[in-house]
Amino acid sequence: MTQSKLVMTDTYIARSTAIAARMLGGEMMIMSAVDSTFFTLNEVATVIWQAADGRTPLAEIIEHRICPEFEVEPEIALRDAEEFVTELSEHGILLVSDQPIPETKAGTAEAQ
Amino acid sequence: MGESRKAGVSTMPLSQAGGSLDVSVEIGGLPILLRTRDADFRTLLENRYAGFVRPASAATAFSFDIDVVRPERTVSDVEELEVWAEDGIWYLERGDFRAHWDPRIGRGRILQALSPYAIDSVLRVVHTLVQAPEGGFLLRGASAIRNGRAFLFSGVSGAGKTTISSLAPSDAVLLTDEISYIRREGEGYRACGTPFAGELARVGENAAAPIERLFFLAKGPDNRIEPVESADALRMLLRNILFFADDSSLVKMVFRSACEFLTRVPAFRLTFYPDARVWDLIQ
Repeated sequence: MTQSKLVMTDTYIARSTAIAARMLGGEMMIMSAVDSTFFTLNEVATVIWQAADGRTPLAEIIEHRICPEFEVEPEIALRDAEEFVTELSEHGILLVSDQPIPETKAGTAEAQ
Repeated sequence: MGESRKAGVSTMPLSQAGGSLDVSVEIGGLPILLRTRDADFRTLLENRYAGFVRPASAATAFSFDIDVVRPERTVSDVEELEVWAEDGIWYLERGDFRAHWDPRIGRGRILQALSPYAIDSVLRVVHTLVQAPEGGFLLRGASAIRNGRAFLFSGVSGAGKTTISSLAPSDAVLLTDEISYIRREGEGYRACGTPFAGELARVGENAAAPIERLFFLAKGPDNRIEPVESADALRMLLRNILFFADDSSLVKMVFRSACEFLTRVPAFRLTFYPDARVWDLIQ
């Protein structure tokens, strides 16, 4: 696992099991069950969050989901995603690895 | 006030209690038996929870054996309240009390100073822990019933909980000016009165009603009600839900409860100028 500078082509992300998340009023709300930190995700971040299954490389999520859906340049999307993923991983909300992340370590998009 | 519920006031005489001076306190429909051998403490309980005391002989959900420390001294070195679980038993500790509670057998023990604050804290924690898996919670906020419906007024210290409570008209039933008790009932929620008084120093009415609205309080130059974005409402609600235990499964429960609550109860920001006219908006 790494929480430092990310290399998108080899980066896999998965939702942590130590969180509670819910879509409310069209926004994804996430709370860390470890330190009760609270996050609200914007539309782009929500798509990345929902696609964070531990198996799909982040670069693929950006290319196939973010760029066409939000009409954003790949370089800009990658830069923003790097920032977002780094921040959430620092709070233990997202798991980040240079290899696919097993399902046992990953949570669901809307964790109860 | 068809939705309201009143509890009788009665305690078991010493002769029937076998030396134990039992007092049963029912808050939020959950009766808890408090067993003490200290007559002064029993009197304190009866006075503190007047209106919430029910017959000690009636069935109770839990019981606590309470030992009062005499002469008064610090019970624990822990200054801030700490709550944790070990092997299914909950432990609560603060300078003026130490307690443990086993929810599986419904019994607990408290060692405390002759103080209402210690037993108040234990009851708040226990009710919080009981309500968490049920979808209910205790909230920093005043609440009142008007026309058979309950209104919650939440906010941090200084937001106006005491002020709006003190301005309530005579037809409003004040449930609390400090700690609101929210229970999940079917698809809706119910606010119950609590004896946990704030600056108003007035015990709430032992009554309950379906919750109509949640208001986040702010003082201002005039009276107005505005909608609140979902994220802001959730953030403010979570900030004001009483939560003591450092336990990840309970954090998840509280988060889920807050989200569920906001999908069923409309939340608004109530800015008010501190005079009685604000209650024209609340009915």
